[in-house]
Amino acid sequence: MAEDNGKLERFEARINAGEKIEPKDWMPERYRQQLIRMMSQHAHSEVVGMLPEGNWITRAPSLRRKMVLLAKVQDEAGHGHYLYSATETLGVTREEMLEKLLSGKAKYSNIFNYPTLTWADIGVIGWLVDGAAIVNQTMLAKTSYGPYSRAMIRICKEENFHKKQGYEIVATMARGTPAQRKMVQDALNRWWWPTLMMFGPHDKDSPNSGDLLRWKVKLKTNDELRQRFVDITVPQAHAVGLTIPDPELRYNEETGHWEFGEIDWDEFWRVIRGNGPCNKERLAARRKAHQEGAWVRAAAEAYARKHGREPGKAA
Amino acid sequence: MSAQNIAPELQQPLFEYLLRLGDDRLILGHRLSEWCGHGPILEEDIALANLALDCIGQASVLLKEAGTVEGQGRSEDDLAYFRDAIDFRNLLLVELPKGDFGFTIVRQFLFSTFSYFFLEKLQQSAHKPLAGIAAKTFKENLYHLRHSRKWLVVLGDGTEESHQRVQNALDELWGYTEEMFYMDQVDEALMNAGIAVDLQPLKEQWLSMVREALQEATLELPDPDVYQHQGGRTGFHTEHLGHLLAEMQILPRSYPDARW
Ligand SMILES: [Fe+2]
Ligand SMILES: [Fe+2]
Repeated sequence: MAEDNGKLERFEARINAGEKIEPKDWMPERYRQQLIRMMSQHAHSEVVGMLPEGNWITRAPSLRRKMVLLAKVQDEAGHGHYLYSATETLGVTREEMLEKLLSGKAKYSNIFNYPTLTWADIGVIGWLVDGAAIVNQTMLAKTSYGPYSRAMIRICKEENFHKKQGYEIVATMARGTPAQRKMVQDALNRWWWPTLMMFGPHDKDSPNSGDLLRWKVKLKTNDELRQRFVDITVPQAHAVGLTIPDPELRYNEETGHWEFGEIDWDEFWRVIRGNGPCNKERLAARRKAHQEGAWVRAAAEAYARKHGREPGKAA
Repeated sequence: MSAQNIAPELQQPLFEYLLRLGDDRLILGHRLSEWCGHGPILEEDIALANLALDCIGQASVLLKEAGTVEGQGRSEDDLAYFRDAIDFRNLLLVELPKGDFGFTIVRQFLFSTFSYFFLEKLQQSAHKPLAGIAAKTFKENLYHLRHSRKWLVVLGDGTEESHQRVQNALDELWGYTEEMFYMDQVDEALMNAGIAVDLQPLKEQWLSMVREALQEATLELPDPDVYQHQGGRTGFHTEHLGHLLAEMQILPRSYPDARW
């Protein structure tokens, strides 16, 4: 116990000195568990997040838009893949993480439990959801765990591109026909509040925040990040003539911040508990893909057992 | 720009030829893109999206060139989104529903093997823009071929179930392979001008490469006398294409005055 205390002291001293913690370093069990929870949730979010946008790949309105969207959804698969690998450095396997997702034990970002109803949703998701992810991930790029920090730096570059293409769709539609303008305003109305919820509960209601901040897993609170997102996004909405669906929204000259109305936390908890518009569909789609892929994975294992290698490669 | 130096009697055949090549890749790319988010492993979501991206990218340049040759001011999007099924010129092979992962892999392997020999020759086309497109497409296709061949062997020589599934897919798809070698007056007119590839000599090469892969995959070559379906090159399609197009074309058709 005394030895453990010494370790903990040294660990916290390293964190306070701004050093990164690497997989082989000693770390408190709670630090490890919190990171596994956060990072696997993050990986699951990338993968489940492919579904709402994937819903429009076959209906993209031009070949260029189709290719950009395909590339974006493919990037998200890459992010998931990269994050699963980074999480595996903490001593958990991808299979274990996947099992938790498919059994409904693990969470993923609530935002992906909302439906994509029109093409404008594809623009608004890129703009708002990837935009919110950037705010969060820019902070996480400085997180104290080395593999997570490096994953975030790499991923953030692509998220910036995602946001740009999303905003470009929004801007194009906002100066388009009346039908397009209606679609894009409607999409903003539906996605605005769920996007604000992405940053999590108020700091006072966030049970994990204390340790996470002390150990510099997170460097900013949920409310700080949410405010930053609102400050960035409101002028972007106004620039293309869109209205943020919040009657209480107003600019505070003194603080330099946009003040906004209260989030509907009942909705937040309702969706987290499984009763959002698409929770069942999302999980069902992941399970279906997993089950229908079982014979493929079994074949790959059988082949590797028989030959000790992949085809076309030397043993 | 290339339209000017084409003999007037070749303009229509070349337009038709470019549609055939572009439509093959547009429709195949669509089928591949349906896997995005639903693959058997995350790595395959990424790989199949790659293949789809290549195919749709190729389709886009081929249809753009078709529009240029036609000279009526139609863009690649006009051609992709504002033609009906009877005006599409793709092979029946590529419009069949995506099936299971084995079906998708076998189709990709059969088509990519054909493309390997076809594009090798097409790089010498006297129509320079087409030769250039063929060179880039050939390189991309090498990965498509390697990837699909790898999985063909793994699934064929994997478990009993996977073996049976790909053998079934192969038997079903075999009846759509002869159409890849279909030629008519479009090809003849262009072959005389050194623009199109003579497909007849490719058949033996194709078959021997397929045979060799099937052997490694422990799969049986399907009955050579199986009935061969044709019609895609002249617009006589399966019922599947209309549904595919209804989905693909819905936005531009519903809002013809909108830009996206
Ligand atoms: Fe991402
Ligand atoms: Fe993204």
